[in-house]
Order: sequence, then structure tokens, then C-alpha cells
Amino acid sequence: MSQPTSTGGLEITHPQSKSMKNRPKRKLTPQQLENRTAYLFLTPWFLGLIFITIGPVLASLYLSFTRYNILRPPRWIGFENYYNILFMDRQFWTSVKVTFFYVGWSVPLVLIMSLAVATVLNRGLALLPIYRSIFYIPSLMGGSVGIGLLWREVFGAQGVFNDALAIFGMAGRSWIAIPETAPWILVTLNVWTFGASMVIFLAALRQIPASLYEAASIDGASAWTRFRRITIPMLTPIVFFNAVLLTIQSFQSFTQSYIVSGGTGGPADSTLLYSLYLYQRAFVQLDMGYGSAMAWILLLSIASFTGLIFWSAKYWVFYGE
Amino acid sequence: MANVILKDLTKRYGGGALTAVSSLNLSIEDGEFLVLVGPSGCGKSTALRMIAGLEEITSGEVSINDNVVNDVHAKDRDIAMVFQNYALYPHMSVYDNMAFALQIAKFPSEEIKKKVHEVAAILQLEPFLKRRPGQLSGGQRQRVAMGRAIVRQPSVFLMDEPLSNLDAKLRVQMRSEIARIQDRLQVTTIYVTHDQIEAMTMGDRVALMKDGMLQQVDTPSNIYGRPANTFVASFIGSPAMNLFHANIGDPLADGASLRLGSHQLHIPQKVFEVRSELKEYFNRDVIAGIRPEDMDDAALTNSHPDNETISARIVLAEALGSDIIIHLDFDAKMAEVIDPDTLSDISKSLDGENAGICVARFDAKSQAKAGETVKVSVDCERLHFFDSETGLAIRGD
Ligand SMILES: Nc1ncnc2c1ncn2[C@@H]1O[C@H](COP(=O)(O)OP(=O)(O)OP(=O)(O)O)[C@@H](O)[C@H]1O
Ligand SMILES: [Mg+2]
Repeated sequence: MSQPTSTGGLEITHPQSKSMKNRPKRKLTPQQLENRTAYLFLTPWFLGLIFITIGPVLASLYLSFTRYNILRPPRWIGFENYYNILFMDRQFWTSVKVTFFYVGWSVPLVLIMSLAVATVLNRGLALLPIYRSIFYIPSLMGGSVGIGLLWREVFGAQGVFNDALAIFGMAGRSWIAIPETAPWILVTLNVWTFGASMVIFLAALRQIPASLYEAASIDGASAWTRFRRITIPMLTPIVFFNAVLLTIQSFQSFTQSYIVSGGTGGPADSTLLYSLYLYQRAFVQLDMGYGSAMAWILLLSIASFTGLIFWSAKYWVFYGE
Repeated sequence: MANVILKDLTKRYGGGALTAVSSLNLSIEDGEFLVLVGPSGCGKSTALRMIAGLEEITSGEVSINDNVVNDVHAKDRDIAMVFQNYALYPHMSVYDNMAFALQIAKFPSEEIKKKVHEVAAILQLEPFLKRRPGQLSGGQRQRVAMGRAIVRQPSVFLMDEPLSNLDAKLRVQMRSEIARIQDRLQVTTIYVTHDQIEAMTMGDRVALMKDGMLQQVDTPSNIYGRPANTFVASFIGSPAMNLFHANIGDPLADGASLRLGSHQLHIPQKVFEVRSELKEYFNRDVIAGIRPEDMDDAALTNSHPDNETISARIVLAEALGSDIIIHLDFDAKMAEVIDPDTLSDISKSLDGENAGICVARFDAKSQAKAGETVKVSVDCERLHFFDSETGLAIRGD
């Protein structure tokens, strides 16, 4: 914030205070005036936050304690939804397992992939802006339905992927129809969108002073040692940031599993991500109360996982000077 | 321990558009402390970085310990470098910063520990070994940077303005500390600076560069006392040497007379003996150099010969306590900083007015005040002479 300035034009007197003689005169300082203006400009965002985010969140908290199928008004049932989800629903636990598999593989893979590509691109390529854009494109399109459909074709029985395998004499199959390989397709789809993390890594790599690498070279460090002992430690805040972001995103992943499995989570529930199962319960089976409770369990899980990463940060993240 | 030899070392940037270092020839002996000095942008860092292996060599050769190392990677040159910004690893403790090179060289950890503690003791860094560089003061960081270089016991130290980020007092202290350490370790050292005091006080020899070209390499006292050209003469010394266009008269029995504008000085015979080439310059224009410290208030000396005295009006008197810097109104044409390669400077100053300033360093006892006209005694045996066309010193050897 700027320091209070003494531009006379900004000293506006409250019209009311002038008329009320027994009250002390209250002038708005330029600082207060500036704050007011700022709040005015923030209003649309606040309204959005209240009506589009906080409102529905609170509503879903209420609904999670009810039975509600949209047609009839919600009926309070206390913790029954939560009890059923956690202790009676085997499909729920399947979806949890699928989701953990998905998050557990894709977050590290995206991190490795994005850091590796960023490091290669950071070697001062002449066409860097072009490469950067190319790698970033999947991140822009990754979550879209169209791309989901495309991938489904690529990994289908008659897909391009099998055509490619055939060149090497390997027998293809419908990768998305087999429970063992289908989850990997989802992971692949996530890793494919590494561009967003990569762009952040690239920006961070350029912040590392070249003199550190020079000093390390003179100290006898090979390229790999420099990467391991300079680049990685200096990037840990960014790794941390990306890890948090990716974890939150991946837990909520929905579109790809919906498209690839045609909304079923099949084969044999092998692609039944948490959000997809939630969607099925809430919007297919019209059990909004159950869905809301699942959403809150997801929220709390994400919060605790993020918390775990934050807690671990003090052991591996290096923060500035 | 090793010597360093530079042969026609050249660096061009931008496809040859800019020559940062031009045919540099230098030979630094084993254990020598060489200071590379020159104005900003003259190519000191570039030269040092080529020796370090951080900058590609356009042409020429660098040899360390009699091996040409042009194609040897920086990590294999067995050198240590202290950077201007220290380039300490911010995420490592002071201990790890110092141990890094030894860890990479796979020394046993007991030995690393011993070496680091030894060096930390020399540099009084022991209380800070567990801290990160960010938690240290500028002077402490500087010492860590030194320590990191020392621990490795390299064959050559390269230092690029290692003191320029320190305040004046700390700089003085570290200056002597570095010189002391180098003296103790006897490691060949190339030290880059643009500070002439560092150049004069620290090195065994000083190499002075300008515009990528070496001007003179010599001991500090020779650089000061026998500058090779007008650039060296004006760069070393503070206040700088006064350089005037002058004219030497006919040979006399006891020397010759020197005309500086409307002023006249006597050149003793002894000068012609020391500078035998000066005999070629009777009745010719030269550039005469007078160091401020070779002038004094004539009132303070009683037996100074009259013909080695000038009188001039004081424009400004700056009392520094230890002495007084006197700016004199002097009507000889000033020959400003010129060098053998930019002769245009001379013609420029020739076209100018005849009004010049001569700076003298008077003893603090002097009563001279601004506005007064004083008699100034000049130590004429210590006059310097340069060829007015080439700017090169007129000497006799
Ligand atoms: N990477 C580069 N690309 C192009 N020109 C460069 C580069 N590095 C240095 N130069 C130029 O080379 C010349 C010498 O630079 P150098 O850094 O060696 O000067 P220096 O003597 O160390 O100066 P300073 O005392 O300011 O550090 C300068 O004109 C500089 O602009
Ligand atoms: Mg430099």
C-alpha cells in the first residue's frame, strides 16, 4: 500500500458531519478513501465468493445430513450418510483405492516429467518460446471433453496406439477395456498435461543465479551433481507449490475418467475416480445428501493431505535466504 | 602450486563486434600474487573467467602449470574462484559451502571435517559453521567465500573484485587479511579489482588493462614511479598525476628548461641521465607529468631552488587533515587521460583553451588559502615525460 499522500484534492469531507454541529468533524484520509475504492472494485468478486462458492458449500454441508432427491424437500437424517459411506459402501472404498492409485502415480510423474522437460528447455534453446507453447497446449486442452474422446480412440482396440505397437510387432488390445491397464490410461492423461507445472518450473529455473552453477563447476561438480545439489534444492519451494496444486487437482479429477469409461467407471470399477462415483450417486441415482456427504469427506481428505505436505515442508523445502 | 601463462588471449563477443580482451600476454609465476586492475569494462572479469574456464576462448592460449587448458573443463582445472557476489550456495550451511568441493572429490568425511575446521579457524568462521549464508553479514559471507576457495588447496586462486561489496572499513581489514593468507599459503593468485589502492597494496605485480589491452605489468612501485604511458600515469595515484603539454628548451649546462604555458621549470641534468631518451626532445613538445605529492608550499621549505618553483593562484583548497589538496589555476594545456591508441584526445585538448587546473598535495602545515597566489615548489627530479604523439613514457632503458 502506498503511504498517505497529501494531495489536497483527495481530502473529502463527509457531507453529514458538516450539518451535525455537535459532532466532531470526520474527514476521510486519502488512505481510507483509497481503501473504500478498493472494496468497491472488489465487490463483484465478493458477491461471487458468497453466492457461488460459500453459499453452495454451506448448503452442501447441510444437505450432507439429509436425505434429498431434489423432487422432495431434504429430510434430516443426522450422520446416516456418513455412516453408510464409510461402513456400508464397498464401491466407495473401491473408488478411494482407484483415486489413491491415480493421485499417487500422477503427482510424482507430473513433477518428474515437468521438471525434466523444463530443465532441457532451460538450456538456452533458440526456439524456447515455441517449445514452451507446444508443451503447454495439452494443459490448456487436457481437461476438455473433446480431448477425452480423442484419447479414448487412441487407446481403443482400433486405436493409433495399437497401430504404433504393431510396427514393433507387439499385439495390441483395447487398453481402456482391461481393468489392469485402464487406470494407467487415466494417469497417462494426467501426466500429459504436465505443461502447467513445467512453465512454473521454467520460470523458477531462470531465477537461479548462473554464478551458483559456475561456482559449483569450479568446485568440481559434474552436470548431474549440479542438478542434484543446486537445482533441486533451489527448486524445492516450486516443487512444493506444484505438488500441492497437483494433489488438489488430481483428487478432484473427473472429466477424463467420465469420458474414457463412458461415465461408468468401468471396466470393473477400475477407473471409478472419487468424483465420478460422487457424480453417479448424486446426479445419476439422485441421492444429493449422499453426494454432499462424499464431497465433504473429499474436502476433508484433500485438506489433510495438503496439510501433510505442508507439515513435511520443513524437512525438505528450502525457503530463500 | 602452478604458474599461469596467457598467450595472445583474446575474447570477442557478438560475432567479433566487441573485443573484450585483446591479445593478452601475461605470465604469472608460481606463488605470485598478480593484481589485474583497470577501469570498468576493460575486460578484467572476462580475462579471469577465461582462465577459470567459465568463458570460451576466442583465440590464444591459457596454460596452467605448463599445460594448455583451453579444452579443459572448469571443474578439472584445479582452480578456486572467489566471486564478486560470493556465489555462496544459499541452501547450504557455511560448513557445507566450504565442504562442497571436498565432498565432490570424495574425501573421507573425517578429513573434510578436519580441513573445514582448520580453515574456519584461520578465518574466524567457527561460530558460524551451522548458519546459512543468508544469516551472515557481508564481511562474514566474504570470508566464507574465501574459505571455500582455501579449503580445496587449489593450485590457483582467482578472485574477481572480492571486496567490492564491503564497506570501506571492512575492505581495508579484508585487504590485509587476504594478502596475509596468500602470503601464508603461497598459492598463485590472480586478483581482479578496479580499486587502485588494492592494486598497489596487495600484489607482487600489477597488470593494468584498458579497453581489453594490457598497458603495463610491473611491481606496484614501478607502476607508480615509472608509468609506461599517460594512461597508467593518470590511473594510478590519487589525486591523479597532472599531465600538461609542455616544451623542452635548448640544452643547458645543468639540464634544460621546461615551458608549461606561461610557467617555467628547470629540468636538472640528473633527469637526462636517468631518462636518456629525453635528449632527443630538446626544442620539442612533450607531455610533462607532475604528481600532486611532488609539489608543496614553497613557504614551508627554505632552500628550494627558485627555478624549480612556480607561482599560481589557488582556486580551491581541500583540507583533509593529514594534508591539503590544492587546485591551482594553471595556464598550460592539459593532456587529459590519453593512451597510445586514441590520439584524438590530444588534438582535442590542443584545440581547447589554455586554462587548466593543476592539483598539488600540500603539507597540512601550509597556511595557503583559496584565492591567494602561492609559490609552489616542484620536485623537478621526479618529473615524468611522455611523447606527445604516442603518449608513451620517455625513458632510457
Ligand atoms: N556476455 C557478454 N556478451 C557481450 N559482451 C560482454 C559480455 N560480457 C562482457 N561483455 C563486454 O565485455 C567488456 C568487458 O567486460 P568485463 O566484464 O570483462 O569488464 P570488467 O573489466 O570486469 O569491468 P567491471 O570492473 O565493471 O567488472 C565490456 O565492454 C562488456 O560490456
Ligand atoms: Mg568485472
